[in-house]
Amino acid sequence: MSAVENGIGASVTRKEDQRFITGNGNYLDDINKAGQAYGHFLRSPYAHAKIKNIDLTAARAAPGVIDIFVGADMAADEVGGLICGWGISSKDGSPHVAPPHPCLAMGSVKHVGDQVAFVVAESVQEAKDAAELIEVDYEELPSVTDVRKAGVAGAAQVHDEAPGNQCYDWEIGDKEAVDAAFANAHHVTKMDLINNRLAPNPMEPRAALGEYDRGTGEYTLYTTSQNPHVARLILSAFVNIAPEHKLRVIAPDVGGGFGSKIFVYAEETTTIWASKKVGRPIKWTADRSEAFMTDAHGRDHATHAEMAFDADGHILGFRVATKANMGAYLSTFASAVPTYLYATLLNGQYKMPCIYAEVQALFTNTTPVDAYRGAGRPEATYVVERMMERAARDMNMDPTDLRMKNFIAPDAYPYETPVIMTYDSGDYPQTLNLAKNMISYDGFQARKAESASRGKLRGIGSAAYIEACGIAPSAAVGSLGAGVGLWESAEVRFNPTGSVTVFTGSHSHGQGHETTFAQLIADKLGVPFDNVEVVHGDTTKVPFGMGTYGSRSLAVGGSAIVKAADKIVEKAKKIAAHLMEASADDIEHAHGVFSVAGTDKQLTIGEIAFAAYVPHNYPEDLEPGLAENAFYDPLNFTFPAGTHIAEVEIDPATGVVEVVDWAAADDFGNVINPMIVEGQVHGGVAQGIGQALLEGVVYDDDSGQLLTGSYMDYCMPRADDLPNFKVEATNTPCPSNPLGVKGCGEAGAIAAPAALMNAITDALGKEIDMPATPEKVWRAAQSA
Amino acid sequence: MYSFEYERPSGIDAAAAAHGEDDKFLAGGMSFLPTLKLRLAQVDKLVDLGGIDELKGITVTGDTVTIGAMTTHGTVAASEDVKKAIPALAAMAANIGDAQVRNRGTIGGSIANADPAACYPSSLVALGATVHTNKRSISADDFFVDLFETALEEGELVTKVSFPIPEKAAYAKFPNPASRFAMVGVFVAKISGGARVAVTGAGSSVFRQSEMEAALSSNFSSDAIANIKTPADDLNSDIHASADYRAHLITVMAQRAVDAAS
Amino acid sequence: MTSVTMTVNGKSVTRDVEPNTLLVQFIRENLRLTGTHVGCDTSQCGACTVHVNGDSVKSCTMLAVQAEGADVTTIEGLANGDELHPMQEAFKENHGLQCGFCTPGMIMSAVDLVKRNPNPSEDTIRHELEGNICRCTGYHNIVKSVKSAAEKMGG
Repeated sequence: MSAVENGIGASVTRKEDQRFITGNGNYLDDINKAGQAYGHFLRSPYAHAKIKNIDLTAARAAPGVIDIFVGADMAADEVGGLICGWGISSKDGSPHVAPPHPCLAMGSVKHVGDQVAFVVAESVQEAKDAAELIEVDYEELPSVTDVRKAGVAGAAQVHDEAPGNQCYDWEIGDKEAVDAAFANAHHVTKMDLINNRLAPNPMEPRAALGEYDRGTGEYTLYTTSQNPHVARLILSAFVNIAPEHKLRVIAPDVGGGFGSKIFVYAEETTTIWASKKVGRPIKWTADRSEAFMTDAHGRDHATHAEMAFDADGHILGFRVATKANMGAYLSTFASAVPTYLYATLLNGQYKMPCIYAEVQALFTNTTPVDAYRGAGRPEATYVVERMMERAARDMNMDPTDLRMKNFIAPDAYPYETPVIMTYDSGDYPQTLNLAKNMISYDGFQARKAESASRGKLRGIGSAAYIEACGIAPSAAVGSLGAGVGLWESAEVRFNPTGSVTVFTGSHSHGQGHETTFAQLIADKLGVPFDNVEVVHGDTTKVPFGMGTYGSRSLAVGGSAIVKAADKIVEKAKKIAAHLMEASADDIEHAHGVFSVAGTDKQLTIGEIAFAAYVPHNYPEDLEPGLAENAFYDPLNFTFPAGTHIAEVEIDPATGVVEVVDWAAADDFGNVINPMIVEGQVHGGVAQGIGQALLEGVVYDDDSGQLLTGSYMDYCMPRADDLPNFKVEATNTPCPSNPLGVKGCGEAGAIAAPAALMNAITDALGKEIDMPATPEKVWRAAQSA
Repeated sequence: MYSFEYERPSGIDAAAAAHGEDDKFLAGGMSFLPTLKLRLAQVDKLVDLGGIDELKGITVTGDTVTIGAMTTHGTVAASEDVKKAIPALAAMAANIGDAQVRNRGTIGGSIANADPAACYPSSLVALGATVHTNKRSISADDFFVDLFETALEEGELVTKVSFPIPEKAAYAKFPNPASRFAMVGVFVAKISGGARVAVTGAGSSVFRQSEMEAALSSNFSSDAIANIKTPADDLNSDIHASADYRAHLITVMAQRAVDAAS
Repeated sequence: MTSVTMTVNGKSVTRDVEPNTLLVQFIRENLRLTGTHVGCDTSQCGACTVHVNGDSVKSCTMLAVQAEGADVTTIEGLANGDELHPMQEAFKENHGLQCGFCTPGMIMSAVDLVKRNPNPSEDTIRHELEGNICRCTGYHNIVKSVKSAAEKMGG
């Protein structure tokens, strides 16, 4: 429990809730500007086509139309296309292939929903009406959507620049060592696994509002972004919208992201550019259909994996070959997801002597694929943990026993894996045992028998996941191809009356930073929680920032705040020493109270702040004011880990799977707000259950049409699809950051799919791929 | 949405008079408004039936439950009279769409739209209901013609539906996991002199499963239909369920409905 | 243009609208009450849920003109001045929201749910919330919030 009220470790209710529960949130579409026009995109109805001609005559004459733009207009203005910010090299050393990614089509369209033209009108209605009058002469071309078919000879070519549709063919690990390990294996388990494509579906659709000020030459872009400074950097340095000091990017209240709002998309780019062209603010708001067609999708891997064991069940080596679908273009961080965020986690929680992984990334005529909650790590956990469960079944062992036998020992840290990660802390046996206790693992056979008496199939399955998050040390990611650094910045600014404003480069879109970060200040500096305001999401207010993704906000952004707070304490000590006529060395500090050692003299941080801003009696060599900036670059990733166990009951007559119990035992290191952390686990598990049971983007194999383009066909988890979750935590503090925290936002989505599929396949006694739809399960149950 | 005119008459005759070519009656709008929103349909005028009080309400006489066309699913689900007379009907209504849809969606709108995956059509057909319009009465068997197609003529307006009270009945629905419409829904009714079985969601329109009806007429038990298979040839097949699977579910849902019938 | 008059959050409002104006557009754009959100275009997510004559409806699937004469309550009208509705309070106390986008619709549905089911079981709550999609919470704490509010509302 925290030493101060609402400090570290307290389940404080959230500051931000007041505005959300009363309808006073400020989401993008809630913002309107005087003289605002509305933008609408004409999109490709085809998966792949050549554009022979675009005739705008009738559309331009339609009522309310202000202007209409096509790709050539942006090119004429030297506005560039979109970029991928992470370079991956193939086995042969060649760089990945990144074909042009224009905001508006330049002669061809590559997926259903690709932008063809941008209509700006007085109303959305008029913009849509006019878009229907645009005559586009398409020549439809053959398409390919399935990643397993994209690299096959004769497959439709998405880009001339990428022969065989290959983006890269990458490897990691030691092939020779793995080959040798397999040669000596007592047992080899092999699996082919599909990691289904997901649509991220934050409930707030993406939107943008662009405005250009002719007086100052400044652009202001309101955008649904998880990282407004990164968006500014890309729009400025690579897309050529405006220099950074003339471009303000604001991400107001954002209604969920899950990765999909990290990226810089064509829509906000076109909107901000066009706002200057038409001389009026322009608002564009996606509808859900557009979200399905254009929000970067997640996952979409096809993997073959082989694991070698000795006679005692110890892992000897692991061999993985994955085909990763990039979609039609390389999205902002797409190339990193199936490589450094995926294959580097194939070691799982285990002592694996050697690993060799190959990843071939391929273009298809589909929506681009990029990071989605977990990003690479759910795919890795899915491969490792489906393999472990399967291997245990093959070797007639309890799957949890096989895991226990292979776990890295709690005293083995730091632990270097064969795939470049150095795990810094953990206790995997502890979380596994906790999860087993939580779900009464030992009582499963009795429950299975009871289900059987009612004609139901019961199954149990585990996933012992690990993730690398708190992404991450700039030097490390730079050496792996990242185009940016991954530090975070913060400013802690005392106001003269003692309240505090915290500026953070992290961005909250549901995570509750305004609360958690205020708790840090309350704890470190003794300022009442209610007197702390957290500001984020505006490049003009916040010094700089790298944003929120990869479960990094607390580990990296929170640590920056702590660093700034430490600087405040250092300065406050000098002021306190002066005011109390003591040596700075004799000043002791705890939670905002500064005292002279061995005396009863003390001052509060509020009194010191006042003195700093009204420096009538003040150290001569010290600047007035009490505000400090800090940048924090972590020493390592953090490595949250744990075990989730799922229990299911299947109705063999219909194939319906009911998730009857869920135990999540997670080690997130130190926890600032347990209520918020549990909420993050709930949400992550729900998305993981969604992936395993309900969700999946489907394209028509022949036409390339998106068949799951709305909630009529893409199955979102509803309240009645899910159970209550049992969530508990263990704690091995992270040694790599001052808070000892590890990151919790993605864990559920990483652990859940493998745990649930292990439970379902346990019940069925045979393998099926995700999503485990009723028909698939029914068919398996029939032939079981 | 494309533009249209709007009229809200307060009587049935006025509504019929207001309806011209390329116009549409608007009942609850739970299917038609989304269609308009996605620009999948265009009308000159919407004639809103929401202001016509005589189209609303439930009456139960000795052997018949009569439901006004503009009565919402929520009203039917909550009606003590319906729960007593035909509990299966109230229970079915309680599972149409979601709570908000049940607060707006109406029986008249549902059956006039004749969505192949809607729940209501199966209850009308299984219970042998009669659809009353401003011009005539039509038996449920004749009312549903095909995919989104009914016996209604241009400008003809459903006013109410009357359901004979069965000995017992039940509806079992296997929802499409995404849309929650019926992927397969089976309504069974035991009536004097036999049984009726109507299937929705599986074909292009609601249909009767006559083999099951025959079996249940002589023995109203789930065992009696356990081995009756519906040919998959004419059934729907999509990304959620193949025709084979739907055929299988018809038997399972029918059995479950028989077991639940009260 | 058609004139439409309705009561919104206790205040009578009259505006001229095109007949194809949705109730949610009327609320958000004409009245500038932006607490009611739009999260889909197929009438499924429930972010736009408001009360019309006391019943929860999806304001994206109703025309403004259909609300002629109706009594409409939006999330902005739920609290009694500064005093939060017990459902609002419960969502905050039980961490029943994260990004907050689905929350107004979720709360409006939950209030109607408790009106119809004063003492709802967990199953009832989960079933009755079928028309509201949340991507953040996994519903666990939403169910907890609704249960807790129902108790406080005297169920």
